[in-house]
Amino acid sequence: MTVYAALLRAALAGQAGYRASFALELLGSVLVIGLDFVEVYAVLTQVPELEGLGLAEVALVFALASTGFSLADLVIGQTDRVTDHVRRGTFDVLLLRPLSTLGQLAAADVQLRRLGRLGTALAVLVIALSQVEVDWTPARVGLLVLTPLSGAVIFGSLFVAAGAVSFWLLDGREVGNALTYGSGYLAQWPTGVLGPVLGRFFTFVVPAAFTGYLPALALLGRDDPTGLPGWLPWASPLAALAAAAAAALLWRTGIRHYVGAGG
Amino acid sequence: MIVELDGLSRHFVVRRPTGRFRREKRVVRAVDGISFTVAAGECVGYIGANGAGKSTTIKMLTGILVPTSGRVRVTGLEPVRQRRELARRIGVVFGQRSQLWWDLPLAESFRLLAAIHRLEPAVARARLDRCVDLLDLAAFLDTPVRQLSLGQRMRGEVTAALLHAPRLLLLDEPTVGLDIVSKEALRAFLTEERRVAGTTILLTTHDLSDIERLSDRVVVVDSGRVVHTGGLAGLAAAAGVDRVLVVDLAEPAPPLEGVPGTRFLSAEAGGLRQHLALTGSAAAAVAAVSARVELRDLTIAEPDIESVVRRLYHRAAATRPAGS
Amino acid sequence: MSAAVLPSPRAAAALVRAGFRRYASYRAATLAGAVTNTFFGVVKLSILFAAADAAGGAVAGYDRAALSTYTWVAQGMIAVVVLFGGAELAERVRTGDVVIDLGRPVHPVAVWLAEDLGRAGQACLVRFFGPLAFGGLVFGLSVPRQPATVPLFVVSAVLAVVVSFSCRLLVNLVAFWLLDVRGVLSVYMVASNVLSGLIVPIAFFPGWLQGLARATPFPALVQVPVDIAVERVTGTDALLALAGQAAWAVGLLAAAVWTLHRGTRRLVVQGG
Repeated sequence: MTVYAALLRAALAGQAGYRASFALELLGSVLVIGLDFVEVYAVLTQVPELEGLGLAEVALVFALASTGFSLADLVIGQTDRVTDHVRRGTFDVLLLRPLSTLGQLAAADVQLRRLGRLGTALAVLVIALSQVEVDWTPARVGLLVLTPLSGAVIFGSLFVAAGAVSFWLLDGREVGNALTYGSGYLAQWPTGVLGPVLGRFFTFVVPAAFTGYLPALALLGRDDPTGLPGWLPWASPLAALAAAAAAALLWRTGIRHYVGAGG
Repeated sequence: MIVELDGLSRHFVVRRPTGRFRREKRVVRAVDGISFTVAAGECVGYIGANGAGKSTTIKMLTGILVPTSGRVRVTGLEPVRQRRELARRIGVVFGQRSQLWWDLPLAESFRLLAAIHRLEPAVARARLDRCVDLLDLAAFLDTPVRQLSLGQRMRGEVTAALLHAPRLLLLDEPTVGLDIVSKEALRAFLTEERRVAGTTILLTTHDLSDIERLSDRVVVVDSGRVVHTGGLAGLAAAAGVDRVLVVDLAEPAPPLEGVPGTRFLSAEAGGLRQHLALTGSAAAAVAAVSARVELRDLTIAEPDIESVVRRLYHRAAATRPAGS
Repeated sequence: MSAAVLPSPRAAAALVRAGFRRYASYRAATLAGAVTNTFFGVVKLSILFAAADAAGGAVAGYDRAALSTYTWVAQGMIAVVVLFGGAELAERVRTGDVVIDLGRPVHPVAVWLAEDLGRAGQACLVRFFGPLAFGGLVFGLSVPRQPATVPLFVVSAVLAVVVSFSCRLLVNLVAFWLLDVRGVLSVYMVASNVLSGLIVPIAFFPGWLQGLARATPFPALVQVPVDIAVERVTGTDALLALAGQAAWAVGLLAAAVWTLHRGTRRLVVQGG
């Protein structure tokens, strides 16, 4: 672990050389979540409720999903640089070290400006929590703590999966981004708006619904209007484990493909 | 054995568009059944023309590439399956790829690599001090890597590869693009490293002087096959390529036949300039020539690796059974 | 800059074609971009449809057909008016390559604009018509009732490209003063995305944000062409909207020319 801490410090020291526009990039990162929230805010001022949830409740969905997404983006969003590493041959250098490739990617390319995004998401979460009525029980407190972490694992798995895909498709970055950022975007809304087919897809295939909407239902003590079983909203940690296992498998297969194909 | 290759092959499938929709599949045998071993403490030169399969072999030795068939063991490990364990036992220098941190001072890269390899601070310190001393790194230890000259950077790369006292050092074109002084410093250092630490070295190079100064033995590959293995002395002889002593004389002289350690090749300008193939030491030959005639100038033309390899290859092709 | 003149029509046409062809070579990236824009369009339209259903048929005056047209035109415009940034020129300024552009016998802004129009034309083929065709087949679009709508939309879209070009040029020219423009670009991206009406139609905004948006050139990038396409703005109002776009285009182009002039002088004085 200390090894990765050392790599992290080195990455940050390297970036310190380019401090000039860091403040503006941080601001951009803060605003990017604000940008998404404008949409929630604008739509929920036009209609009182969406899928039975009002502005404060949708804001809670938004904030839970965004916190998980921002955390994942900060820790492992660097996998979108796999293509660059492969093209420049620096991926070989990662393979020459006695460390995990994923750990090295995460530590070596960390982007601190992504903290701005996490900060905004947490701020929206605090405000949303103050505006909704929750019957707090120990289980709900536990769920509130676990949800951003499960969300981070779920989105992190998507980032890793997208990175793994670029071992096969060198130009696959945009498709990968559609998966990761697209899921991050739709997870900010009640899943029911997607309709039955897409809604089920982003619950059971890509578990985006487990990062915001479903845990929000559990916190608020509501039932899903589309008829999902009542225990499902509590199952985010399980969904996270499944996603992580699938992503790890895909990444290993990707590395094996890279090692097999030759860079 | 530190390195064992047995019938190692690597084939690539190359798809080439041959029309708007059709693509042609072609199998390229980058490495085609290579076998050789490197014993502990040896230094082996692995040479061949561009595209002969050197880099592909190095990639398979380091676990970056899976062999299509055949067996490979490095320090007893299977490279791809035991990549991380292997990484602790070998050091690698790619002439074209840096493993240093571009934006950080050189010293910081060394500190990180020491952490990555979990070296005791005292051990790392001692090894680093030795490299700094022998490779003369002190002056630019605090310079960011991106600002270093190529020669400075390569000295840093070699230090980085040796910091964890690897049992095997793999050098892929370590001197390419370097000036004479840097090349010399690097060769002297590697010789010293072998003497003190007994590190096994496998190096690829285009520079015959690297081979002559460093290696005990060479393996020559062409088109993915080994075409020659053996001692250095045999290399030029096996290829039939000699170093050539070119002498300019003060006055025209008859052909310099029978000078010890040489073989007369040709004369120009009525005997003013003569070409002698060197079969022994250049110094002895020069002394012998100047005892017979007055010398104005002399040069020694080294055979380049490409021509050595080409000669060896043609020989191999000629002796290969028909139909293969 | 003494010989700075407008390119001849033939030269301009050649530059437009060059821009068109240059971007035609990124085929895989173009396709991937169109797929991404389409995917986001599906999600966004689902949200808007849900909102329309919750509101009993129409939100802020947009019914389902208008919302669909809004979504697919807006998603298609993303690549045409480059709503997601691009720092190519700033990079040329940083490396000093911009001097080559300045040394040409035609004014560099005219050259860049011509190339950008070519690029926009190329972007139309797949990245505009792709999502639009998909949206039309799957979700249906509002069919124009007035024959003038299509030509008005085309003019508006061209003006949107000019406004977008001028904005991006201005942001990139900051590189003369600030060597790393990524920060400025990311802030510009956020501002233009919200205030252009890409995220949601400007009519969804609360009053104060509508006022703020309408005080900037950004609605000229997406909202104005879209409103013409869904026939929210017709007849004289449409002509007025085009005039507004044209005014922004001229004003911003002039500002860009002036900024380039100042930046060049700075480059000359400081020797790069």
